[in-house]
Amino acid sequence: MRHIDFGRRYVRLKGPLKWRIDIRSIVVSLILLFTTIIVAMFALMMGSMEFSLQEIFAALGGQATGAAKTIVVEWRLPRVIAAIIFGAGLAVSGAIFQSITRNPLGSPDIIGFSSGSYTGALLVLLGSGSASYLGVAGGALAGGFVTAILIYVLAFRNGTQGFRLIIVGIAISTILGSVNSMLLIQNESEVALTAAAWGVGSLNGVGWKHVLPAIIFVIFLLFCAWIMNRPLREMELGNDAANSHGVRIKRSQLLLIFLAVSLTAAPTAVMGPVSFVALSAPQIVHRFTKSANSLIPSAAMGAVLLLGADVLAQRIVPETILPVGVVTLSLGGIYLLWLLFHQARSTP
Amino acid sequence: MAASKQPSSEATQVINKKTKTIRFVRWQLFLGLIVAFLLLAIVVCLSLMIGTKQLSPITVWEALFSPGDSFNHTIIQEERLPRTLLALAVGPAFGLAGALIQALTRNPLADPGILGVNAGASFAVAMGIGIFSVTSMSSYIWFAFAGALAATIAVYVISGGAGKKSPTPVQITLSGVALGAVLSGITTALTMMNSQAFSNMLNWRVGTLAERSLDDLWLVLPFLIIGILLTLAIAHALNAIAFGDDRASSLGVHVGMIRTIGLIAITLLAGGATAIAGPIGFIGLMVPHCVRWFVGPDQSWIFLYSLVVAPLLLIFSDIIGRIIMFPAEVPVGIITGFVGGPILLILVRRRKASGL
Repeated sequence: MRHIDFGRRYVRLKGPLKWRIDIRSIVVSLILLFTTIIVAMFALMMGSMEFSLQEIFAALGGQATGAAKTIVVEWRLPRVIAAIIFGAGLAVSGAIFQSITRNPLGSPDIIGFSSGSYTGALLVLLGSGSASYLGVAGGALAGGFVTAILIYVLAFRNGTQGFRLIIVGIAISTILGSVNSMLLIQNESEVALTAAAWGVGSLNGVGWKHVLPAIIFVIFLLFCAWIMNRPLREMELGNDAANSHGVRIKRSQLLLIFLAVSLTAAPTAVMGPVSFVALSAPQIVHRFTKSANSLIPSAAMGAVLLLGADVLAQRIVPETILPVGVVTLSLGGIYLLWLLFHQARSTP
Repeated sequence: MAASKQPSSEATQVINKKTKTIRFVRWQLFLGLIVAFLLLAIVVCLSLMIGTKQLSPITVWEALFSPGDSFNHTIIQEERLPRTLLALAVGPAFGLAGALIQALTRNPLADPGILGVNAGASFAVAMGIGIFSVTSMSSYIWFAFAGALAATIAVYVISGGAGKKSPTPVQITLSGVALGAVLSGITTALTMMNSQAFSNMLNWRVGTLAERSLDDLWLVLPFLIIGILLTLAIAHALNAIAFGDDRASSLGVHVGMIRTIGLIAITLLAGGATAIAGPIGFIGLMVPHCVRWFVGPDQSWIFLYSLVVAPLLLIFSDIIGRIIMFPAEVPVGIITGFVGGPILLILVRRRKASGL
């Protein structure tokens, strides 16, 4: 009993937690974390005004004053932190959905919860005319949930099937896309213009004031997701097996879906729908860790992806700052195409 | 002797019975086609009458056959007639392109919009505006054609169409959706880089029939007609392809050539229609399906019906777009999205999407 062969190398923590750490996924996570920090430093240093590494550390340590402090701490830091946390949130949301639907394409961006969140947020934005975070987040959350329920109800027939889920998602996204365009056309005001710009998914011009509540909320949700990791793993074995291991399937599934939708909706409320991070992060990580997509490496990957995409969006075209949503859409779409290309050729 | 004759005479009887029923159905089909034509005529009249200013049928009649200088006549001559004619040209193109793609890929969920053909055309037009700074409709068209062709081939290759095994509907649909996402992402990026040049394109990207001149229509019309003729010409061969590639070639059908002709026809139809009206989605998905419920699996009839039913649906959607938010107008592309989404839902929920 002392040496159970899990087929993988692991470290076992003794003490009250009795936590088994998979070496490969922890190494992957650490490498990704390290990459995130390097990209973050780069993002803080570069821009229309460039700083050295010492200046950045000074600013972060609270020793800098004047322009350096304003630019680094007030302008660039919130953006970088938001990209990291939101990226992690989206990736975990994607990982949970992919695990529940047992389909890599079951992620929120493909199924269309993101457009539901957008519709909800749009209704709040245009209805009340104000853009307070709580209102918009509530709208996005409600929109995401209604869409999620709708899609599952419509796709359900003797259990959900990957194919039907995806096509239903595409159909719902189209309808919601039409609803969104209608809403925007109807309100040709200033608010509609902001809402339309928001629709692409962008981190431009975020400050601490905007993102702090969302960041705290997402961190809390990530922690909850980490706790729920265990039932999620059990359910991957099949509902019967999980049941016999003492997992309450219905309750866990509902909780997990709630978590995953919230993890999509909370970032969406701030930056608008940013697609393909949720789809690709768990999938890419899966190639590195060679294990069932575990949440922590996925979160790290999501952070790298969104931060990298945001840096790219600011640099790729001189003199224009593209919304990050456009970059993730293009890159993520290319990744999906590559995935399909290989899938079509690998299956005998 | 007698024993061997018995089964063959039975067989001929069965065949006779079958041809009889087919003839009966054919008679019905002709009638249905005529009814569809009448409906189309009614909708065309409505399209001329309904708008920001409602006009009586008599005014429409006068404006068409003895046009004067009055304000009402100008509305019809300058605004509503071009729009309706445009729908009459573009509608069949979208509908037929959809039917053709569905037949070629044996995929009931195919549509130029879903498969990224429209996105390809939009992308190429955006490239043309952003990089080669074209402004006229006549040069839009070439870009739209190139984009539509490239996207069609790309989806076909990515989903594994060139391989030995023909791709599944899911593979084709997903490749199309993914390609569409990439292209629309890059198109958005291009538009944002130079918003001045793209003020024209904003309207075009939703898909609308309004504000197009007849000159633009004459430019595209030859391509659309060639596309329609090509499609009708290969309808019989497509019936054979429905049995599978091997069976089709044993029946004497040159599968590769038919595929190529089909590809050219799709490009001409979807590219040409998108060039002038923008990416109007879902017409190509809905029409062949609705038609198939009625006429069955014969491609010739499906194509003929699609030619009539597609403009019917398009003009109807356009009229709805004009009255749904009354003084304001909703582009027809949005309306077709509204109607098309639920239809896609119904199709997936059915146990088996209507076979080909």
